[in-house]
Amino acid sequence: MLSRTAANLFWMGRHLERAETAARLLDVGERITLLPNTPEGYRNEWESLLRASGAQAAFAERYGEQINQENIVSWLFFDQDNPSSVTSCIERAREGGRIVRTALTSQVWDALNTAYQELRALTRRPRGQLDTPMLTDFTTRHGSTVRGAINATQLRNDGWHFINLGYSLERADATARLLDVKYFVLLPRVEFVGSGLDNYQWQVILRALSAHRAFHWAYGGDVTAAKVADFLILNGESPRSLLTSLYEAVWHLDGLVKRYGETVQASASAKARQTLDSLMARDIEAIFDEGLHEFLSWFINEVAGVSTAVHEDYLSGRM
Amino acid sequence: MTMYYNEMVDDGRVRAPYAMLSDWIETMPAEIRQMKQAEAEALFRRIGITFAVYGEGGDPDRLIPFDMMPRVFLQGEWRKLERGIKQRARALNAFLRDVYGRGEIIRAGRVPARLVYQNAAYEKAVVGFVPPRGVFSHIVGIDIVRTGRDEFFVLEDNCRTPSGVSYMLENREIMMRMFPALFRHNRIEPVDQYSELLRRTLASVAPAKCDGAPTIVILTPGHYNSAYYEHSFLANLMGVELVEGSDLFVDGGFVYMRTTQGPKRVDVIYRRIDDPFLDPLCFRRDSMLGVPGLMDVYRSGGVSIASAPGAGVADDKAVYTYVPEMIRFYLGEEPLLQNVQTWALWKDEDYRYVMANLKELVVKEVHGSGGYGMLIGPRASPEEIARFRSLIEKNPGNYIAQPTLALSTSPTFVEEGIAPRHVDLRPFCLCGDRIELVPGGLTRVALREGSLVVNSSQGGGVKDTWVLSE
Repeated sequence: MLSRTAANLFWMGRHLERAETAARLLDVGERITLLPNTPEGYRNEWESLLRASGAQAAFAERYGEQINQENIVSWLFFDQDNPSSVTSCIERAREGGRIVRTALTSQVWDALNTAYQELRALTRRPRGQLDTPMLTDFTTRHGSTVRGAINATQLRNDGWHFINLGYSLERADATARLLDVKYFVLLPRVEFVGSGLDNYQWQVILRALSAHRAFHWAYGGDVTAAKVADFLILNGESPRSLLTSLYEAVWHLDGLVKRYGETVQASASAKARQTLDSLMARDIEAIFDEGLHEFLSWFINEVAGVSTAVHEDYLSGRM
Repeated sequence: MTMYYNEMVDDGRVRAPYAMLSDWIETMPAEIRQMKQAEAEALFRRIGITFAVYGEGGDPDRLIPFDMMPRVFLQGEWRKLERGIKQRARALNAFLRDVYGRGEIIRAGRVPARLVYQNAAYEKAVVGFVPPRGVFSHIVGIDIVRTGRDEFFVLEDNCRTPSGVSYMLENREIMMRMFPALFRHNRIEPVDQYSELLRRTLASVAPAKCDGAPTIVILTPGHYNSAYYEHSFLANLMGVELVEGSDLFVDGGFVYMRTTQGPKRVDVIYRRIDDPFLDPLCFRRDSMLGVPGLMDVYRSGGVSIASAPGAGVADDKAVYTYVPEMIRFYLGEEPLLQNVQTWALWKDEDYRYVMANLKELVVKEVHGSGGYGMLIGPRASPEEIARFRSLIEKNPGNYIAQPTLALSTSPTFVEEGIAPRHVDLRPFCLCGDRIELVPGGLTRVALREGSLVVNSSQGGGVKDTWVLSE
């Protein structure tokens, strides 16, 4: 497979997952604003979204001090100046898909292209007609259709591994960042920890990850910080947990190593496995002792390292 | 008023090939037709066959209008065309072999040396080189117009990288999907073997140094090119990689592509980029599209390029006038397909005639394409004619003129129902160890009433083209 083709497939997977992340961030923000208010008002929560997506500076450049719902929705969904907005991600995923059209089945292309065409129709409608839940639904629905087409129709070859590697690394990164939103929300008022408000916020996180029902099936009983964090970080059944996401990345990297044999450098596979081992050696108490934010920062950094190694091993086109 | 040959009607009666279509039209209510038309458009858009016109801006995903009414040829009509097309493709390749070799046709005084050796498309870099099987142009697109029941003329040859074959294939797919009954009740020759024939043709011209099954790639300028869809479509059908210049590199006398498993040798390049961009070391230094060193590998037999660099010297509008001579000279045959009468503005006698009759004639640039840079006398305003007159005066060698052809019409769906619209035809002839032609081609239709310009950049559409079997 051409290195450029592999790179496009990898980034197509990443952008598709990232579009969903942007939509989930919107959903988290929307629900946090429905909470009985914190003394700082909702500005604080919206700001936490920007911090979690690492976009404070870029947002300020575009909208100044106006951190309000309307601007945030524009930024996270519509704004083409934001490389992580839903619109940017779907456009890039579709552009990448168009470039490697030959590596996709017609069903996958159809699903991807339909998402893009409908997005274009959506952006032409007056903003007043578009509420946040609708935008979130739009994104997750199309995301699921594309993913379903990939799983149902793509050959299980190296291209499939690259797409899924993109998905899983992006998902690992995204769950970590969504968890970090929680950290930023709570940071100013440590005394909230363990309060009713705190628990409600954890539930919001679960809901944003489409995991609130799954959580109850898996754990039962009260929502506590330890249980939710365990579910989203260390639970191997939870589809978006850090462990599951990383495990899938390792699985796809192993698939590439098996397929390509020993002549092709495999630093990404080694790095991913090392991170996975290190993750599995922890329990939730250890993570809280270490500090959730510190742990998440470590993890995000490790995932970025794996991604760099994927580029070096496969996508850079060594001569 | 000029009389146009209507392919559907002859002596006031519906011609046999269109008889069953005329029933089909009559029994199709207007609402169904509109619904089907919308369905076809949605299919095209979903498949992603769109067409961007350079520099026009606007919708980057524009569709070429698709007309559901097919254009039909009888078996007998097609066989005659087929022989003529293959004859022409053989002669064009013989000419290319000759002008990059001993130049016999020029020594014999049958083609002027200036037209060949001073032609911008003549590549000195391939002089003396004989590509595998002596083929320079592997895909020859020959534009044909019809003016009467048995009158066909060649309007233009395309020896470099003719495009449009994806429309031939997709138009058929869409027609079969939407109107399966038409195909069950008529014996329509298939065209979908084209991609397999193309792959075989390319494999048959693998270079001498290739051992084993040749690795074929399609070289595209990239996804901003208006024909990118076609490039990826063909790569997909043939199961070969679609590469850009940056995916290829030269090392030790061979061309390689960069893959996830390291370098992989490439044997045959079906290039869809123009000569000047192929190799910055040999042609344009500022080209970012090509592969440095490619031409050295080509000349030393390490890789094949289809069509060969320099193939364009056979297809400009000045050399065109000599194709009948080529057929006689190389094949010892009489041309089966006629050229359109052409006046060369660099000849005094022709110049005088053309300048006196601009209002009646079509004037074209020798190197122009796509319906740009041309004057259609009978439809031009006095100002346009005056403007062209001064252009010609400045550089007569840059122009040819032809009579305004009475292009045949084919029934076409329009707002009010069915109406005759002017059409042309581009079949795609493949040249490798054998010469192959699938029964069909791309029919382009001028959708505007009375218009004779079929180019998609100027309001043209496309139709499925049927050849009925016996």
